[in-house]
Amino acid sequence: MSLPTDPHAAHGHDGHSHDEHGGEHGPHEEAGHGSLRDYVIGFVLSVVLTAIPFWLVMGKVIPDPGVTAVVILALAAVQIVVQMVYFLHMNARSEGGWNLLALIFTLVLVVIVLAGSLWVMHHMNTNMMPMSPHEARNLP
Amino acid sequence: MSDATALPAAAAPGQPPQFYDLSGRHHPQNGTLLGFWLYLMSDCLIFACLFAVYGVLGRSYAAGPTGAELFDLPLVAVNTAMLLLSSITYGFAMLSMQARRQAGVLAWLAVTGLFGLAFLGLELYEFSHLIHQGAGPQRSAFLSAFFALVGTHGLHVAFGIVWLVVLMVQVQRHGLGPENRRRLMCLSMFWHFLDVVWIGVFTFVYLMGTL
Repeated sequence: MSLPTDPHAAHGHDGHSHDEHGGEHGPHEEAGHGSLRDYVIGFVLSVVLTAIPFWLVMGKVIPDPGVTAVVILALAAVQIVVQMVYFLHMNARSEGGWNLLALIFTLVLVVIVLAGSLWVMHHMNTNMMPMSPHEARNLP
Repeated sequence: MSDATALPAAAAPGQPPQFYDLSGRHHPQNGTLLGFWLYLMSDCLIFACLFAVYGVLGRSYAAGPTGAELFDLPLVAVNTAMLLLSSITYGFAMLSMQARRQAGVLAWLAVTGLFGLAFLGLELYEFSHLIHQGAGPQRSAFLSAFFALVGTHGLHVAFGIVWLVVLMVQVQRHGLGPENRRRLMCLSMFWHFLDVVWIGVFTFVYLMGTL
């Protein structure tokens, strides 16, 4: 064996040994590696972040519905991040960063889909010619 | 392997060509988990489209009942609690799996499945109640979008429970080998992902619909 092939062989062997052990100790299996502390923190934060919006809406705590909507949307965003971190164990290192990259790409698409749909359809609604119920019923 | 480069000129005649791994290791060790994550992200886009539909049509009542008249928030709160509890019990199953306690994994999976079934039962009760009131999916665009979004989430939970039962049988029969641990981790991601989607549902559909 010549020298340059040896690192390749070592790589192959290295990766293989990780597979054999199922990555028990390696840093490569982070998707399933949470601690009891992580789960309890995530659960308590989620309960709090769920209870507050239900209380705000059911108790009509804030008189202005618009303000309430913004607050509960913000709380939902916070809770999504909490569950991503504590339940799904997202971090910049899992799967060599590809998890996070895929997530960011998806979030960009989600924002485009949501904002684009709402924006376009809102304008179509507001710019539509007014129509009487009689006309609407007799559309071709 | 696609990163390996053959240099035929360097190989001596009669010897097999030598391969050089030029790029080093940048592939994740366990491709299944990354692949499953990519599936979840595509699922996320399905839900984004359904949320967009609901966002556009959510106030098109067609002179029918509105969300404020239909939604029963205490029931939704109980439903949310069921899903959140099932999320943490699945977490306990994962902790048992890391400690290699098979009985613990099976017990926590069973508890998770029961919470999931409770969630589904409450949701089906809500749906049947709405349809009984004449507020079925054909009543208005708002209700069509509502049933499509919440129904798709419920369908995911239903298939998650099927998967969970199958995995319980697998763990029972074959123990906690690497394959079953990998499958349990995939279901863990799926289950927690459904809880994340539900945050969007109860906030955007139920709470904002009641405002």
